[in-house]
Amino acid sequence: MTIKLGVPSKGRLMEKTFDWFGERGVSLARTGSDREYAGKVEGVDGVELVLLSAGEIPRELAAGRIHLGVTGTDLVREKLGLWEQQVEVMAELGFGRADLIIAVPQCWVDVDLLDDLDAAAAAFRKEHGFRMRIATKYHRLVRDFLRENGVADYQLVDSQGATEGTIKNMTAEAVADITSTGETLRANHLKILSDGLMLKSQATLFRARRAPLEGNDRKVLETLLETLDL
Amino acid sequence: MSDKALIRARAAELRAFFEKAGAVVAETSLLQPAETLLDLYGEDIRARAYVTSDSLLGEQMLRPDFTVPVVQMHMEHGAEPARYTYSGEVFRRQEEDTRRANEYTQVGYEIFDRDNPAAADAEVFALIQEALSPLDVRVSTGDIGLLKAAVQGLETTERRKAALARHIWRPRRFRSLLDRFAGRVEVPPSREALLAQDEPMQSGVPFIGLRTPAEVSDRIEALREDVGAMPISAGQVELLDALLDVRETLPFALEQLRDIAVDLPAISPAVQSLRDRIEALDKRGVNVDAIEFEGSYGRTNMEYYDGFVFGFYAEGRADLPPLATGGRYDALTRVLGQGNEIPAVGAVIRPEVVLQLEAGA
Repeated sequence: MTIKLGVPSKGRLMEKTFDWFGERGVSLARTGSDREYAGKVEGVDGVELVLLSAGEIPRELAAGRIHLGVTGTDLVREKLGLWEQQVEVMAELGFGRADLIIAVPQCWVDVDLLDDLDAAAAAFRKEHGFRMRIATKYHRLVRDFLRENGVADYQLVDSQGATEGTIKNMTAEAVADITSTGETLRANHLKILSDGLMLKSQATLFRARRAPLEGNDRKVLETLLETLDL
Repeated sequence: MSDKALIRARAAELRAFFEKAGAVVAETSLLQPAETLLDLYGEDIRARAYVTSDSLLGEQMLRPDFTVPVVQMHMEHGAEPARYTYSGEVFRRQEEDTRRANEYTQVGYEIFDRDNPAAADAEVFALIQEALSPLDVRVSTGDIGLLKAAVQGLETTERRKAALARHIWRPRRFRSLLDRFAGRVEVPPSREALLAQDEPMQSGVPFIGLRTPAEVSDRIEALREDVGAMPISAGQVELLDALLDVRETLPFALEQLRDIAVDLPAISPAVQSLRDRIEALDKRGVNVDAIEFEGSYGRTNMEYYDGFVFGFYAEGRADLPPLATGGRYDALTRVLGQGNEIPAVGAVIRPEVVLQLEAGA
């Protein structure tokens, strides 16, 4: 019976998360060799650190296997249906900022708005006999956004990485991906649609609404959140 | 009896009723090739249907409706005219609302007939009404064919008509296009800037991807034509709005539509079809004075209905899904028929909603 805190298991996201908790009097650290996924928590008793891939944290929160978790808003919204009923936002952590956007080749000088994308998609389908392909790993978010904005005649193709390269490789005509500076997009001769911003994401501390609290758990959770000033 | 068994028994009764009306039982597979459905409905179907796959056959969908497989079956080897009935489960993802069933039974009746569309429309409608007759239901009807005809009748460019026709099923997009074509909103600055350039294609950036320079310059030409085109007149927009706002019982709706047709003669054939349909319904003993017609009914459904559309709803039970829905889908047979086509109309009943209502009554 401990409060389980899920944190991204590697990279800058992990380090920044450790810093954020550290500044608030809760020290998180990895233990053992730097290949071993084990960690410890100091400053509040009864809290266990669980190191996970950031992409799996939404699922673990939804299942109630961790009580708290740090991950991107984009991942929670993509992976959890009715996400607000499954998790609660406790704090936005101010790092890991990224925008989910739609980008098209810069050479499409006629396309700047979703309205243009829709018209181009209609013409593309007529010309090529299949729907315009948009490469992404954010299927749900992109589909909802495009439906909301009345874009038709497109299809999503799955791309789990190097998404910006799909256009040059002729496996997609447009991309929907996260970007922080837009540099990769520019380097691949892509531009962001002016009204193509779907979501502003950042690292966020979520609480699982369905995680069971047994025995002392509720008290521990309260103490932890108090210590964090939440 | 368990709920499932009750639903199955009720579904069997309904199917037997449709068989007695002359329909042949059609069986379709639970797994449907995803490609056909995706090509037809686009990405929206992925949000609604369960997709599964294996490494040999690729993506398949758990049957989201019967219409597509029944049309395919008929187009491959059906005799004409034909009437089919079927009963079985369909599967729909419900990621926005956990109270809605993701697996439910549909019992359907479909007519493929070239001779008399009005009679076929009336036959399907009257049968569904009869099947639901003891229940307290509210009926809504509409006609997508009228909307299509109205769009075609606008005095504007073919491109604008095509753009509007394409978005009849997306009311928000339709409205923003109409506002732009009517000159009610400014041309977006980026578009103005593009069209102000003498050589917009000489942007100096490399051409990448499958969409060719010719396609880009064609679209720029289209935009030039559009900016130069006369706005759709306020009078025409009013006519279209009047059509969308019609909300009357069938005979009064017909009167209003006739008035609109005086200024928008392109809808006259569609208004005539509505008149024929009302007559055919009357002939079948349907009380047409009690049936509502809504100009915009059916615009948020999946886009295969292209004529008569209707739904039966439980009176005072907004929490329940419709008891039955249906409509005409001539264009779907054209898309799936590989060169063949046949006018078709059909409807489905959801037996478990019928049972719920019967239990509550």
